[in-house]
Amino acid sequence: MSSVFTLLLARETRLLFRRPAELANPLVFFAIVIALFPLAVGPETQLLQTISPGLVWVAALLAVLLSLDGLFRSDFEDGSLEQWVVSPHPLALLVLAKVLAHWAFSGLALVLLAPLLGLMLGLPIGTIPVLLISLLLGTPILSLLGAVGAALTVGLKRGGLLLALLILPLYIPVLILGSGALQAALQGLPAVGHLLWLASLTALAVTLTPFAIAAGLKISVGE
Amino acid sequence: MNWTWFHKLGSPKWFYEISGRWLPWLAWAAVLLVSVGVIWGLAFAPEDYQQGNSFRIIYIHVPAAFLAQSIYVMLALAGVVGLVWKMKLADVALQQAAPIGAWMTFIALLTGAVWGKPTWGAWWVWDARLTSMLILLFLYFGIIALGQAISNRDSASKACAVLAIVGVVNIPIIKYSVEWWNTLHQPATFKVTEKPAMPVEMWLPLLVMVIGFYCFFTVVLLMRMRLEVLRRESRASWVKNEVKALVGNNS
Amino acid sequence: MSTPFLEAVALACERDWRLLFDKLDLRLESGEMLQISGPNGSGKTSLLRLLCGLMQPTAGEVLLKGQSLNAQRGELARNLLWIGHAAGIKGLLTAEENLTWLCALHQPTNREAIWHALAEVGLRGFEDVPCHTLSAGQQRRVGLARLYLAPPPLWILDEPFTALDKHGVAQLERHLAAHCEQGGLVVLTTHHSLTEKPAGYRELDLGQRAA
Repeated sequence: MSSVFTLLLARETRLLFRRPAELANPLVFFAIVIALFPLAVGPETQLLQTISPGLVWVAALLAVLLSLDGLFRSDFEDGSLEQWVVSPHPLALLVLAKVLAHWAFSGLALVLLAPLLGLMLGLPIGTIPVLLISLLLGTPILSLLGAVGAALTVGLKRGGLLLALLILPLYIPVLILGSGALQAALQGLPAVGHLLWLASLTALAVTLTPFAIAAGLKISVGE
Repeated sequence: MNWTWFHKLGSPKWFYEISGRWLPWLAWAAVLLVSVGVIWGLAFAPEDYQQGNSFRIIYIHVPAAFLAQSIYVMLALAGVVGLVWKMKLADVALQQAAPIGAWMTFIALLTGAVWGKPTWGAWWVWDARLTSMLILLFLYFGIIALGQAISNRDSASKACAVLAIVGVVNIPIIKYSVEWWNTLHQPATFKVTEKPAMPVEMWLPLLVMVIGFYCFFTVVLLMRMRLEVLRRESRASWVKNEVKALVGNNS
Repeated sequence: MSTPFLEAVALACERDWRLLFDKLDLRLESGEMLQISGPNGSGKTSLLRLLCGLMQPTAGEVLLKGQSLNAQRGELARNLLWIGHAAGIKGLLTAEENLTWLCALHQPTNREAIWHALAEVGLRGFEDVPCHTLSAGQQRRVGLARLYLAPPPLWILDEPFTALDKHGVAQLERHLAAHCEQGGLVVLTTHHSLTEKPAGYRELDLGQRAA
């Protein structure tokens, strides 16, 4: 069973790397959204620094959401999902591997890009570790929850906007905790509490959402 | 334990008959309770020592907010029943209750905003309760939109069920995180609904209103469900007879 | 009467307010081949998907070896090879990579076996070419190569002859018939009339049933 897990990870990685532009798109989107704000509210360092925790997190949230729209689409269209459903392996395990592979390349790249953009927004160096850890803990939740929406909307012709409608309200706790951690760090307060909460939400998401994703896919495939 | 009643409950025909018998009683109860509650609450309940007469909006706001939250939980429960026991009636209940829940949330938000004007001096403040309510409205919109988007009826109900269950697991997390966010950003705001002791003359009409609202919800839900059952079972002979009888009465 | 391998009892399927079929009974033993025919939209694919457990019937149930399908998903998965209208072939992966993964989902196999199967379906020399560069018929052949890779007994195939050339059709017909002769069970939909029919051949016309 675990061999299927690693095989699927390898297969998904291979697929992602044969179309690298799709990996880069969410990152470019993330950078552009962040660049829009200084242009919209003005370049004062003080102001940018105050709003940067929320800004980085909202941008990351949207970037992850956009990258998830097509998560299962090609698998749905070419019949791969049907093969997964009729296979003897638990579908929840397979989707976990799929989402993990997706996160490892799009989510993780986002996390690595964030410090650079954070510095451009005037975040002090001291807060960068908190930014990194909070995104590292938060983006898997975003990917997993978003995958639930992607699974439910995969059979629809235009699922993009609907996906955002379904999933953004569910992202709110992550947004609050993630930007809260960064804000605390910015004010020189300890951010450990926020980060621990985020970590427990991550654990919760990893254990529960694969079942919801699997249920969603079965519904979409069975239509 | 005998489970036949449970399966009987899933039969559309049985549901249609039994709900038809309950409906008039529930409707009268709803009318009676709501009118008693409104008159009592608006005319006879004492004034609030801090807020004066403006507090009276709780007689609408609180029942609507209660109902908004319990309907979402009901959606998730119906979703579980529909997914696990494949009961069609639960699917019907889920899809028919969602718009009512959204309306109740909207009413709670609206009355909350109206109440906010004299209390905080602004139509909208990012108070923890109001914000949670707003998010709940978004969750309802998600379920309604998903149900409308999927053309296959069975898939639509199942998809909504999954979304409602995911949502109900999330609601406590959202609620606590929003409350936490609120305390971080607005320490010590004036909490209107957390009065330690409300005198009996004030909360008794409120209780009447809450029960009245629940009755009203049940009536509306049953009426919507009956209509949907007729639509879904339109091939069955009992439905044809029923519709013939209904049309015959009207003409 | 022995329990049949696959059985459908009073199956009904409704799609978007339209009843495709109703009270459909089927008994399928090992060694049989069932061809489901009928006009477009008569529910051929839906019936196959019901038999695979991909879809849930509106009424009735599907039994595998006498027990409900939903109660034994694992048993079904071990016995079933399903090739749908889209066969689960990724255009970005090569034929070999595709087959390695599809086999790994059921029973892992080695490289020699895959190359051998690809040679059987006439794709020698195309093993490491990305599938999107292959023609439609060749992509179909990649999917069908699974039928040559230590396959399970029950094959459910949706329009397997689509896009195949004359030679490919004849070869596939022979292979399907041989599988039935060896005790396998094939359920397929196709518009074309088979020339190579095994002893246990039957046809179910969904169009005639409705009429």
